[in-house]
Amino acid sequence: MAEHVRTAPPVIDWSTDFDHTDPVWVDNPFPIWDDLRKVCPIAHSDRYNGVYLPTRHQDVAAIAYDTDHFTSKAVIVSNGEILAEAPIGGAPPITSDPPFHQHARKLLLPAFGPKLIEALRPSVEALCDQLLDDMEGRDVVDAAIDYAQHIPPAVIAHMLGLPIEDGDLFREFIHHTIVAIDAPQEVRIEWFGKVDEYLDKHINDHRDNPRDDLISYLLNAEIFGQKLSHEHVRGTCVLLLVAGIDTTWSGIGASLFHLASNNEDRNRLAREPELLPLAIEEFLRAYAPVTMARVVKEDVTINGTELKKDQWCLLPFPSANRDPEQFVDADQVIIDRAENRHAAFGLGIHRCLGSNLARLEMSVAVERWMKRFPDFILEDPSAVRWAAGQVRGPRVLPVRILERNEASPVLN
Amino acid sequence: MRLVIDSEKCQGHNRCYAIAPELVDVDEMGMAFVLGDGVVPEALEEKARLCVANCPEFAITTED
Repeated sequence: MAEHVRTAPPVIDWSTDFDHTDPVWVDNPFPIWDDLRKVCPIAHSDRYNGVYLPTRHQDVAAIAYDTDHFTSKAVIVSNGEILAEAPIGGAPPITSDPPFHQHARKLLLPAFGPKLIEALRPSVEALCDQLLDDMEGRDVVDAAIDYAQHIPPAVIAHMLGLPIEDGDLFREFIHHTIVAIDAPQEVRIEWFGKVDEYLDKHINDHRDNPRDDLISYLLNAEIFGQKLSHEHVRGTCVLLLVAGIDTTWSGIGASLFHLASNNEDRNRLAREPELLPLAIEEFLRAYAPVTMARVVKEDVTINGTELKKDQWCLLPFPSANRDPEQFVDADQVIIDRAENRHAAFGLGIHRCLGSNLARLEMSVAVERWMKRFPDFILEDPSAVRWAAGQVRGPRVLPVRILERNEASPVLN
Repeated sequence: MRLVIDSEKCQGHNRCYAIAPELVDVDEMGMAFVLGDGVVPEALEEKARLCVANCPEFAITTED
């Protein structure tokens, strides 16, 4: 994949000119948020035709709950005119507003409920074990490139009913639609066209040959007694592909990054594997991958700051998760933190639809990795590369394996 | 102690169900509800407290 060439000027003042794609933010956004929470809790930048940045938990929550003054018609901050229209938007339900939103969401909720998702565990375990088998004989592997990035595409392809081997293509779609956001608008539109063309082909094939998967389910689903439009079905597929892949890939990668860089936590989790559920919630809090966005629908004052109509507003859930007003020792990663009201999956009506799936994939991926490689360290901390934009996680993560266990025999 | 879930506030994060399946279940949409009359046996009071403390939406409370 070609490296995206950055043209935006570097940020000098984070409270008046921030840019969430600036290399300084991408590499380590935490000090920026810690500082803004104290000096300028709702910052503004003229970039992207105007964007706000709340950094405190209470303000992020207030905006997430305020669907009267904020629309979700566009959720990825970008240059150029916002073409999407409320209340449906281009990828329902994430881009939809009430009251349409709840109808589109209710169609999908059952498929992503915790009980149905739990049933996928054995297949996710098998997928992770296969990836670990493929690393046999290597002392240095890339936990992002060889492992994390392959897990969510295979799972979501299986659920939707798309070819599992198209993972590289999905990652390319994601790069051009949500990572390279300062590319010229016509380039992004061209890529959205390619995504649509790919999905049209597969949706039409499902129309002719129905099967037991989410695309066939969506083709049969109804809202207000009417079948969904082709655009709705395709938009939901775009959502599931884009939202279901680099988010969880980031969560898995960030968890392994933390464990590779922290000897005490890694050794403790290897010794006490029963801590895994708490550790996963803490990795979700401390390294929450997703920053959402809204568009201001009507001028509104939040906590003393006036937000102007038609400007963007970022919702940095990872910053809310590090707010010392809400979390004790907010800047510390505590893998057995028992009280952890994190907002990694958002707040309010747009709570991440796939949160149960993401949690399952992260838990299985970290558990299987730790079983196979109980001891591992960063091979070269300066080689680690984090994704730019609204989804943050390691994209290059070379680790050295210090201890390995044999693959468990396959049980019949 | 009685556990109370505000169904208007619940958004289906499923943190409580993961912590205390003895006290909480989820419906077809993944939204949480308390089992039975919500009265918490003494042995499960700590779990009930953790349900309250981990709900991202502040949707769970306990009553004496």
